[in-house]
Amino acid sequence: MSFRKYLVLAGVSLFSAVGDSLLARGMKETGSISLHDLSSIFLVVLHPGIALGIFFLFAFFACYLTALSWADLTYVLPATSLSYVLLTLVARFWLHEHVSLSRWLGVLLISLGVGFVTQGPALTHKARTAESHSSAEQVATEARQ
Amino acid sequence: MSQIYAWCAVLLIVLTSTAGDVLLSRAMKQVGHVGQLWRSRGLFVVIGRTLGNPSFLLGVAAMATAFYSLLFGLSWGDMSLVVPASASLTFVASAVAAKLFLHERVDRRRWLAAVLVAVGVVLLAG
Repeated sequence: MSFRKYLVLAGVSLFSAVGDSLLARGMKETGSISLHDLSSIFLVVLHPGIALGIFFLFAFFACYLTALSWADLTYVLPATSLSYVLLTLVARFWLHEHVSLSRWLGVLLISLGVGFVTQGPALTHKARTAESHSSAEQVATEARQ
Repeated sequence: MSQIYAWCAVLLIVLTSTAGDVLLSRAMKQVGHVGQLWRSRGLFVVIGRTLGNPSFLLGVAAMATAFYSLLFGLSWGDMSLVVPASASLTFVASAVAAKLFLHERVDRRRWLAAVLVAVGVVLLAG
């Protein structure tokens, strides 16, 4: 795994955590959307926090797709679950929320899972197209190093 | 009774988001290594190939269905049940689906990672 690939994986975790929190905060500020006035669903994107949240979720999706182009799904999903850990750390040290012992245990288990999966190779199967075939081998070699 | 509805929503979310993840993963393997393709052919080729890939479009449709199932699930059931249950079961379900449909070699390390993350997500919601 090259440094650039770790950056992409970090981007997946970071952008989804930031995007989700911006959306959650923005939706709480705008209040609940009623089913009788669906136009508010479209107007809600004008809220700066929500617009920024959507921008970050697009960035998340781009990084996620990039990671999937050179790594297994069973590698990318656990590796990027660090976003849950990030959200907890933000809640504790930035928003000064109380984080219970069981939540810290959850953080520990997720971190362990991420540690386990990133110890192994990123790609384990042969890709189908010729072009990605050569890159798949390259990734496998990189992972072994 | 509302518990049954909530679990039905969880099941629907897990199935659709797992399908979405598998389809997106397959699509991106067909598109090829994004970084290399970008350098050799340019960003527009990457975007064009991705958006033109049938698996990608199906995957996005599945993800959108999962998103709306989540919205419905939240109106039927308790948020503290629906969100962590669906998120954590999706990790395990996608490991099974990746083995079955993407032929990934899910060794003991990866099963362990999927289960640890799944349990961790449940604990985080507590």
